[in-house]
Amino acid sequence: MTAPRRELIVSIVLHTVLVLGAIVALMPMAWMLSASVMPTGEATAYPPRFFPSRVTLEHYEQLFTRLDLGRYLLNSAFLAFTVTATSLVINSMAGYAFAKLRFRGRDRTFRLLSLGLVLPVQVAMLPLFLLMKQLGLVNTYWGVIIPGMASIFGIFLIRQYALSIPDDMLDAARIDGASELTIYWKVVVPGILPILATLAIWTFLATWNDFMWPLIVLSDAAHYTLPVALANLSGEHVQDTELMMAGSVLTVLPVLAVFLFLQRYYIQGIMAGSVKG
Amino acid sequence: MASVTLEGVRKIYHEGGEHVAVAGVDLEVADGEFVVLVGPSGCGKSTTLRMIAGLESISAGTVKIDGRVVNHVPPKLRDIAMVFQSYALYPHMTVRENLGFALKLRNMPRAEIDERVSAAAATLGLENYLDRRPRQLSGGQRQRVALGRAIVRQPKVFLFDEPLSNLDAQMRVSMRREIARLHQELAVTMIYVTHDQVEAMTLGDRIVVMEKGHVMQIDTPLNLYERPKNRFVAGFIGNPAMNFATGTVVGGDEPRFIAEGGGWQTALPRRLASRLGPASGGTVIMGVRPEDVSVVPDARNGATIEARLDLAESLGNEVFVYARADEQDIVARVSPQPMPPLGSPITLAIDMERAHFFDPTSGERITSGASHPE
Repeated sequence: MTAPRRELIVSIVLHTVLVLGAIVALMPMAWMLSASVMPTGEATAYPPRFFPSRVTLEHYEQLFTRLDLGRYLLNSAFLAFTVTATSLVINSMAGYAFAKLRFRGRDRTFRLLSLGLVLPVQVAMLPLFLLMKQLGLVNTYWGVIIPGMASIFGIFLIRQYALSIPDDMLDAARIDGASELTIYWKVVVPGILPILATLAIWTFLATWNDFMWPLIVLSDAAHYTLPVALANLSGEHVQDTELMMAGSVLTVLPVLAVFLFLQRYYIQGIMAGSVKG
Repeated sequence: MASVTLEGVRKIYHEGGEHVAVAGVDLEVADGEFVVLVGPSGCGKSTTLRMIAGLESISAGTVKIDGRVVNHVPPKLRDIAMVFQSYALYPHMTVRENLGFALKLRNMPRAEIDERVSAAAATLGLENYLDRRPRQLSGGQRQRVALGRAIVRQPKVFLFDEPLSNLDAQMRVSMRREIARLHQELAVTMIYVTHDQVEAMTLGDRIVVMEKGHVMQIDTPLNLYERPKNRFVAGFIGNPAMNFATGTVVGGDEPRFIAEGGGWQTALPRRLASRLGPASGGTVIMGVRPEDVSVVPDARNGATIEARLDLAESLGNEVFVYARADEQDIVARVSPQPMPPLGSPITLAIDMERAHFFDPTSGERITSGASHPE
């Protein structure tokens, strides 16, 4: 067998595997979309069907009219955007400080902080809840926003990236007359944009999809986020799979859009560590 | 324009035990002077410069710019500009923005910024690159932008931290000329750090030679070369480096320098021997520059050394002859001439009137031949 021919075969096999993998991964999403527009009862019919016998938007209508999903959508959007914005500012400032500013106990503090990375989130939930309770933040949006404003992972991510910023550049800015805040804003932030995009996507997805913490800290239905509301839906309407799927589509759609929009930066950010010398 | 004065300036790091980076520098840089700090890596030259810039705190002593103590003045208020080895340009800004950044931070009117940026760009031949970003420029162009960034500020003092070390040899020579021209045009005080003695010798009005945090000598380039204060300066300045041989001086009617081990010896002018008087009979280190060693056809009146040819490197206009006499390596720098095969015996003549003698314990120079008037 000649070399180009072998390459061709390898390429065909590789692509077949990739296409099959993509189909397997996309199938549930496709069915979710399809089931959300099926008439009631069709999604659970036997034999199961993939395509709806007739397309209907009644479940979507129901979600917005009877079940007030718009409210939850707004709640989720507000929380995800606020947490993402504040955590970007705080994580990037902290990460940059840990990477580039000299202060007493810097490395020791960072090591201590890194230890927190190995703790499962669930372990922290009870103490966090008690803390929130004492602060009087249970059942408020702040109860979700404040714990999300900074994350060890975020600080770690930014720090590792910010280490590659040349010290000379920061010194040059100092001599040029920039204050430390100006240096951060005009010199550092433009340099760490890829990792900020990565962190933004990651934080947005995590906050948007978060189920456990909002469920614990938000008890009033008016404060519910989409995943919490959706879970309640499945309790109230056990049989209504189509309705559930319509709700799921609405939950997944925004994050999918955000991801598609920013994925270029996301990949840049992930790759950065390996390519930078 | 301004003078810069350092009085007993020290830098001590406390990270993981005490480490003295700069052990007390006294230096007076006159208004408009070009002073070069030179020394091997780790000698404290960059730290000294960074203390002048305000990027490094001062452990002891005072730094004055134009007579004002600036020890606790932040860099931006010292009215200095600095050019870094790594160029340190802002990668997300165009050349124009890089040049104007400092002026913008000082809230200078737009028109004046444009004017100064254009003037600096014209001086450095950057007019056609103003809208490019640093990554679209070559190393030489980037360093030009870094120079421009310093020029637009019209600072009192220019500081350079090994600005040419990242450039290739050819670019280094042309940028060196550029910096010399700038100094002449702007007539501004410049302090320049390098480990490259050629840069130091060609650029500096005066040179500060440093080693292990200490100042070894502060002098004009020629004086450093002709009258090195100690063995370190003698060995650091000059390429190939000065030959050193430890030995003893024997006085009498025919004074001689006898190399350690007695493997070879050479006649000493009587005047030199008498000046070495106190050291006579004791040990001294003789230093001879390679250009003061020549290859001669045969032994003459005792001032020659029998050696074996190790290597001859021809540079076209000159030849570096590496020879070995007993345990002693000797380098000679001679004009092109036919050489015997490697390994064959050759005779070397040393111009003793150009030799230097150093104290083996302190390293200080005791005296030099007649060609180096004190």
